[in-house]
Amino acid sequence: MPKLQHHEQIIKGREVVADDWHVLRLDESETPEAVEVPAGKLIVPLKVWQAQREALIARAGANGQIGIWFASDELANTVKDDLDKFAVVAIDFPKFSDGRGYSIAFNLRKRLGYTGELRAIGDVLRDQLFQMHRCGFDAYATRQDRNIHDALKGLTVFSETYQASVDEPLPLFRRHPRDVPLEHSDVGAGI
Amino acid sequence: MYRYDQYDHLIVRERIAQYRDQVRRRLSDELTEEEFLPLRLQNGLYMQRHAYMLRIAVPYGLLSTKQLRMFAHIARTYDRGYGHFTTRQNIQFNWIELEQTPDILLELASVEMHAIQTSGNCIRNTTTDQFAGVAADEIVDPRPFCEIIRQWSTFHPEFIALPRKFKIAVNGAVQDRAAIAVHDIGLTAVRNDAGEVGFKFMVGGGLGRTPIIGSTISEFVPWQHLLTYLEAVMRVYNQFGRRDNKYKARIKILVKAVGPEEFARLVEQEFADLKDGPETLTREEVERVAAYFNPPQYAQLENIDPRAGHEDNKAFANWLQRNVKPHKVPGYASVVLSLKKTGVPPGDATAEQMDFVADLADKYSFGELRVAHEQNLVLADVEQSKLFEIWQQAKAKGLATPNIGLLTDIIACPGGDYCSLANAKSIPIAASIAQRFDDIDYQHDIGDIELNISGCINACGHHHVGHIGVLGVDKDGSEWYQVSIGGAQGNDAALGKIIGPSFSAPQMPEVVQRLLDVYLRERVEGERFVDVAQRLGIAPFKEHVYATPIPAGELAVGEDQYA
Repeated sequence: MPKLQHHEQIIKGREVVADDWHVLRLDESETPEAVEVPAGKLIVPLKVWQAQREALIARAGANGQIGIWFASDELANTVKDDLDKFAVVAIDFPKFSDGRGYSIAFNLRKRLGYTGELRAIGDVLRDQLFQMHRCGFDAYATRQDRNIHDALKGLTVFSETYQASVDEPLPLFRRHPRDVPLEHSDVGAGI
Repeated sequence: MYRYDQYDHLIVRERIAQYRDQVRRRLSDELTEEEFLPLRLQNGLYMQRHAYMLRIAVPYGLLSTKQLRMFAHIARTYDRGYGHFTTRQNIQFNWIELEQTPDILLELASVEMHAIQTSGNCIRNTTTDQFAGVAADEIVDPRPFCEIIRQWSTFHPEFIALPRKFKIAVNGAVQDRAAIAVHDIGLTAVRNDAGEVGFKFMVGGGLGRTPIIGSTISEFVPWQHLLTYLEAVMRVYNQFGRRDNKYKARIKILVKAVGPEEFARLVEQEFADLKDGPETLTREEVERVAAYFNPPQYAQLENIDPRAGHEDNKAFANWLQRNVKPHKVPGYASVVLSLKKTGVPPGDATAEQMDFVADLADKYSFGELRVAHEQNLVLADVEQSKLFEIWQQAKAKGLATPNIGLLTDIIACPGGDYCSLANAKSIPIAASIAQRFDDIDYQHDIGDIELNISGCINACGHHHVGHIGVLGVDKDGSEWYQVSIGGAQGNDAALGKIIGPSFSAPQMPEVVQRLLDVYLRERVEGERFVDVAQRLGIAPFKEHVYATPIPAGELAVGEDQYA
């Protein structure tokens, strides 16, 4: 049987909410072609979607919903024509130090115009959430050995940023008049 | 120089709050050391052999006197009274307590400084020419663009967990003094036929285990597209750079693997989508930042002969010849204060020296100074008529060694005395070579030469591009030194060639002596050591160095002296 991962709670937007999705992960003996996809709200590997596309489309049509997840070495445009078929797209962070997922997210949002739920799964910790949000994630299945309410604080670290990204289409220099020296402002004074 | 506005202040303050909380969570074990490691590295905090080392960013090497005095204060209050200027124009303190780091950052913020991204697998401090803005051969002042890159790369959300560290250098002069060819991205600011500013993009240069000279992927990227083109390079690297082996993870390996043409094609494809997007620079933004780098209020002066009245002073003449550089404004000069006095680890400065240099800069150089990537300090805007008094004062503080560009102006990493990555010590080798060749007349006779020492293959001492490069290697648990010659930085960047089997530490001064013997024997008029080494190749040097055994005596300088 394939391994199913479930988080009782995830962060969506800026709230902790209950979650009823399961993430399907293959073990080494399983292949995307042969793995039996169980019933229920499932987020399947991109490779399983590619291998069993027709069956999964029929299945989604029958009982509602399916999602996929990207491994960090997969590229966003692999499923560019199928994005409207998913209730959720997830990106796996095999280790928090693997930053490829940020570019996958950016490409999904900016290049391919994906507007549905974009969920970070895997080694997802508080100190990554801010940049994840910036790159277009809006849901976070944080690591279950850590307090999810604590992780929530990671989303509000900075109130200004220099660059444009998914969350903020304009860079700082196009958003605000610069050069207001600190003595004329109390911004950040309470920190 | 650039001054923070309210947004810069806000971002740095929020960073300190974030980091303070990360330290708290680490100390209470809410974060494991493994999880804390990348967080502290992105704040410049390394665990070294004896203590934590904190590396503070000196953006593109430019400092105000207020900032330098802050370093002196940190050295006294939180360290052992000195700091070490690095080959990335930064400063590091070697004896720091983790618990104190948030407070140090708060002190730094009060003078508009931080330690953001001075380490870790992210975009590091952008470096440039230490004579930017004053060099006679400058085409474009690179500093405004360095500042624009600093802001763009600070907490870039997508490029914060790259395969490996990432270093950008910008040169804006005819002579490259920023070592652009050995950077992940090396930019040269140029003007096209219409006089418009743009950048030549070189990528995939680097030192370390696999030294490679960068490849040019675009001859001219108009200034408006600087950030979007950088973003294109970064996104290609973030997606396709290797992550399975940290020694194969730098962008140079990717560029080499796919080839520069294919890499350029991938970048162009990415850029096509970003071009003219919101990160496209506006004239207003560039002018806003550039205004901070307007020339100071220079006096109307004529060029003078600074030797006049001191014709018999040979020491002053030596200093003028080596440590004083031409300036684009008549009557002015740039002064290099040597941090390479024999007996002192290269790049080290005491708190007292820092305060003193700050006083000098206030009095003689419009309150600003620069850190050179050769690990010296520069007073960029000095009146020629003041050179003699500056020399006298600097000399009294041990900062006027007339050795800039000479044999004892050694570039060295902290090495095995401090660094936990090192295979071998660097500082005692530098010290014993400096001591052997302390005779300044001999040094002046040898002339321009660059000697670089790295304690390990990570090449922080840039040994590959040293005219003489020394690399510490580990052989069966003892420290040995591999010697290469013929490397060069700058416009004709080249990688040195190894001359043969490695040497023990006590043999090193004699090895250098024998290399110099060959040079003195073979040189023709005007040739530098590196010219001879490149003309003749390693053969005659090798033959002479290995001709007779080199006695392995005692190291001239005790190894523990600087530990």
